[in-house]
Amino acid sequence: MSIAAPSPTTGLVEIHNVHKSYGGVEVLAGIDLTIAPGEVVAILGPSGSGKSTLLRTINHLESVDRGSVTVDGQLIGYELRGGRLHELREKDILRRRTQVGIVFQNFNLFPHLTALENIVEAPLALGRTTRAGARTLAERLLDRVGLSDKADHFPRQLSGGQQQRVAIARALALDPKVLLFDEPTSALDPELVGEVLDVIRALAQSGTTLVIVTHEIGFAREVADRIVFLDAGRILEEGPPSRVLVDPEHPRTREFLAKVLA
Amino acid sequence: MSTTAHDRLRENAHGDARGAADAAPVRDRVDLGTVRVIHTRHWFRWTLSAIIAFAVAQFVWSLITNPNYEWGVFAGYFFTEPVLIGVGYTLSLTAISASIGFVLGTVLALGRLSKSPLLQSAAWLYIWFFRSVPLVVQLVVWYNLGYLYPTLGLGTPFTTDFWIVEFPTVQLISAFAAAILGLSLHQAAYSAEIVRGGILSVDQGQLEAAAALGIPAGKRLRRIILPQAMRSIVPNATNEVIGLVKGASVVFVIAIPELFYAVQVIYMRNSRVIPLLLVAVVWYTIITTILSVAQYYIERHYARGSVRTLPPTPFQRVRRWIAAQWARLGDSPAPSAEPPDAPTSPPRPGAGIDAAEETR
Repeated sequence: MSIAAPSPTTGLVEIHNVHKSYGGVEVLAGIDLTIAPGEVVAILGPSGSGKSTLLRTINHLESVDRGSVTVDGQLIGYELRGGRLHELREKDILRRRTQVGIVFQNFNLFPHLTALENIVEAPLALGRTTRAGARTLAERLLDRVGLSDKADHFPRQLSGGQQQRVAIARALALDPKVLLFDEPTSALDPELVGEVLDVIRALAQSGTTLVIVTHEIGFAREVADRIVFLDAGRILEEGPPSRVLVDPEHPRTREFLAKVLA
Repeated sequence: MSTTAHDRLRENAHGDARGAADAAPVRDRVDLGTVRVIHTRHWFRWTLSAIIAFAVAQFVWSLITNPNYEWGVFAGYFFTEPVLIGVGYTLSLTAISASIGFVLGTVLALGRLSKSPLLQSAAWLYIWFFRSVPLVVQLVVWYNLGYLYPTLGLGTPFTTDFWIVEFPTVQLISAFAAAILGLSLHQAAYSAEIVRGGILSVDQGQLEAAAALGIPAGKRLRRIILPQAMRSIVPNATNEVIGLVKGASVVFVIAIPELFYAVQVIYMRNSRVIPLLLVAVVWYTIITTILSVAQYYIERHYARGSVRTLPPTPFQRVRRWIAAQWARLGDSPAPSAEPPDAPTSPPRPGAGIDAAEETR
């Protein structure tokens, strides 16, 4: 795991003309977005604007109807053969998907496994390392999120903030090039939000590409290199936080910020 | 009562006293930290318990004194060879068909949950068919398969030209094999729905998280989904297995001398119906008891992580109680001011994790 790499070279995400509908309702209506290696992008927007769906297309938890998503030039979930996109076999999707980690709103930790077992599960299942190696890695990651003393606790024995930090450690265990956060603090009590944001802040400096769907405008302003504002499945505007959050061009953005910051 | 609650009460009392000093009459200024607590008396519970205790005692008394039970005959037959062979048949029929039934049932459940409409309908049809056909009919058909298909073999499809191998059906399917076939296929249909229900009870997010971590499908099922599904599968599955222990008695239609058939044969001969039925009942009770205890520990195993701290097992509770009594014996009468429930309830720090580790 690279710590404060000077200029990251991997983790380029290219989203091109992505469309997605659910039963006739267009959730994503042609999204184009390029995220540079090591960049931290915050996606904002009203609920139902397609933020989470967009995030989930990046690791192919959602398939797309049209368009493509690539990570370092490699299509996630599909392969281009003879001018057509063929959906990959499960095994290959899984292998490519491990380049992209995701942290969920509801943590989704495995409740029957301890914090440490949660983290070692994937590296072991994928045969990436030995049991001892996975253990050492997990201990290091737990230390990184400040929970080395909770290794043998079950998720239900941890606070929400601690659970989310374990979930982040679990996502980091596969050493992903890109890390996705789907409203990582929405399910937390207000006093627990800070500890999770601290961990994400530290990650932002590590050179991993981060894509964060969030409602924490203050945090987005501080940590993001770029803000993307989504509404009704389209990108309304994007740019550095200093501009989008302070002097938005679009009336919808202004309206949204006025509501959220009120 | 813990000391913190105790202190809080005292504080409240003081607070009240201070706050209401000018308004409240003097007689209300009681130190709540020192007054005795009188618990609510549950008269209805007491009365009902007494009635139940009386009814049970009356029944037990009749069991002992009523000569019609013929306990001597009961004792004489309890360990006889045909009965023990019957118990053996009942246990092996149950064990084998429950195992095959649950493995096949899990496959069917996965079929019903698969994305392929073909597999879905195949699994649905199987379950529909085997839940519709009475078990007795199935057993008779399997046992008499020779009438329908005199020989079974491999050869040219859609002909009866078995040029590779050919067996007479009667030789291939013995009574025991017919019983296992019937019970397993029947059980699989019911197990499938139990397993499917268990899988559905696991939060969708679990599957998603596992998929996002790139965990392969087989391991996702075995390591993430099934262990969590087991929590709701085990109680239903135990029901099914216990049902099967007694349900296995229907194999009498193909003359397998399992427990119930064995005692029937004996009382047909000597007309001691009640004591021989009691022999069967007591054996069934013993088997059910063992299965129920097993259920308790299996459930506990899968409850890992589902509660903050697992409650102690009855065995652990007894051990702790004895240890506490033992410690109290050795003590001087110094802790007389201790609340009465103190010896049994000192929670060890990290008791939950210890308990969880013990079950591993």
